[in-house]
Amino acid sequence: MNPLALTSFTATSCIGRGVAATLATLRERRTGLVPCAFETVTLDTWVGEVAGVDDAPLPARLHQFECRNNRLAHLGLVQDGLAEAVKRAAARYGRERVGVFLGTSTSGILETELAYRERDPVSGALPAHFRYRGAHNTFSLAAFAQQALELSGPAVVISCACSSSAKVFASARRAIEAGLIDAALVGGVDSLCLTTLYGFHSLQLVSRTPCRPFDVARDGISIGEAAAFALLERPGESLDANAVLLLGVGESSDAHNFHGTGTPSNDDAEARAVTGVLGNSIPGSSTKGATGHTLGAAGALEAVICALALQHALMPAGVNTTEVDPALSVHYLRDNRATPLARVMSNSFGFGGSNCSLIFGRAG
Amino acid sequence: MSAVAALAGYVDGIGLLGPGIGDWTAGARLLAGEAPWVRASTVLPAPECLPSAERRRTGTVVRLALAVGLEATARAGADPAALAAVFASSGGDGQNCHEICQVLASAERHLSPTRFHNSVHNAAAGYWGIATGATAASNALCAYDASFGAGLLEALTQVAVERTSVLLIAYDASYPEPLHLHRPIPDAFGVALVLAPAASAASQARLAASLTDAPADGMAEAALDGLRVSIPAARSLPLLAHLARRTSGSVALDYLDGMRLAVDVSACR
Repeated sequence: MNPLALTSFTATSCIGRGVAATLATLRERRTGLVPCAFETVTLDTWVGEVAGVDDAPLPARLHQFECRNNRLAHLGLVQDGLAEAVKRAAARYGRERVGVFLGTSTSGILETELAYRERDPVSGALPAHFRYRGAHNTFSLAAFAQQALELSGPAVVISCACSSSAKVFASARRAIEAGLIDAALVGGVDSLCLTTLYGFHSLQLVSRTPCRPFDVARDGISIGEAAAFALLERPGESLDANAVLLLGVGESSDAHNFHGTGTPSNDDAEARAVTGVLGNSIPGSSTKGATGHTLGAAGALEAVICALALQHALMPAGVNTTEVDPALSVHYLRDNRATPLARVMSNSFGFGGSNCSLIFGRAG
Repeated sequence: MSAVAALAGYVDGIGLLGPGIGDWTAGARLLAGEAPWVRASTVLPAPECLPSAERRRTGTVVRLALAVGLEATARAGADPAALAAVFASSGGDGQNCHEICQVLASAERHLSPTRFHNSVHNAAAGYWGIATGATAASNALCAYDASFGAGLLEALTQVAVERTSVLLIAYDASYPEPLHLHRPIPDAFGVALVLAPAASAASQARLAASLTDAPADGMAEAALDGLRVSIPAARSLPLLAHLARRTSGSVALDYLDGMRLAVDVSACR
């Protein structure tokens, strides 16, 4: 495929708002997971909660989109000059030539969950402040982003569980390749809610401790939330050597970002798949010990972490993993490794068998 | 706004299911003006394609998606296991969502694992994989009322760029109260198209899609136009009318606010 440049990118998660904070936490090998004190959740679990999401409402002109998911999206969009970069692209190519491809699994479902606690005792009706289109509906994230950034091109939300915001890269690059658009805002946002916390709990997939991907004692995921975005466009004439490119699927790779959720079966299946195709000489790690599993945002968050790895010559360690399961014959990093990287593969696998692997590389 | 580069594909097979519309044969007669529309609730077949344990777990939207997907692939003579697929729905499983929210609002909060599995937007894609053994890539997307347009764009983009056949399944079902008031979709409606990069004996028409600011076309019959605007997947009706009549022409389909999808239809036979 023709490479595309990530000309701007940003990530906000429990390990920081924006790329500088994210990189600092990765360098320090810290986790952002905390014991769950979210809303009225009484589960014994750790979560990757982004602090301050509810501190301020959305700007007044975007009030119809008010919900935690879109507040987190807004928090993410204003970091690292991403919103400005998108607006420059719109000015350069035309508003209708910048597409929006975003992933989410939760959208604003939290607001619906809360609204069900306020049903009219006689009619059963939801409270008047309930917003279906702007909050609940799966598309609201993309509609919010279009409105916030004043874009008027094609837009879509891809919702394939945990591969959602990796697959948006694939859809966007096809749309650019086909000439439908010249640039794309890609990314994903998922936020804490009762459905995912109680849902994964019902499947007995949630750990009571901070998750430990690929660890011999791994016993489940920690749920996190995140907003991560990138601006994709065709590479310009002169590219900085440190520019990050989406290369698609390649045959060689310097490092892996494992999906590595921390469940016994995911990590086992992933290890066999990866080593079956690529052998076990390529080192890799999962960052979910630091950020938790951010579900619909995982693909995009981890894509941004891969971009940081490439730009800063850093293979981030798998945090929380104390003893790599010897049954998994992968080359798993438990310490940060400083080394120039040319290529990184990122894996995202979701419920329903939706899988996506992305290859990123440096231009130079 | 000028039209951009066209995205093209050949329609090799069609599946349809809606209120008073049992399959594409019935739908084509209706849209060709050969039979009146007799309104009735959408009848969803039990998914025989699934093992009995999975069959029991499926809700309306999964049965809808499977039914139209299987009809389209059968009519196209295509192997469903070999097709990449695009699933486009404006809302997923509303009944399941309601049940989950009720449980979470109660004191117990004991969510059933099956309900949680079925709450993902791509549940239908997952069951499609189980039913057909398909391992090719699938996508599940949402664009609110523009979901059919977004699905058609994604499918035709894949056909154009990957040079591969793609199955598009667009489907919507109604929400129970108290959500229904806020999203009043009246009934289930699903449509499926097998889209191919090159013409074959199965091909019925060539479609070429682009973006336009022309206004959306309506249906001549008021009742059918009411159907078109009340269920997002039924925004496809003007296109289906051409396919039913085997005519060539251009239609503008509702897409996002301020933008429509222009589809040029060239009948093959």
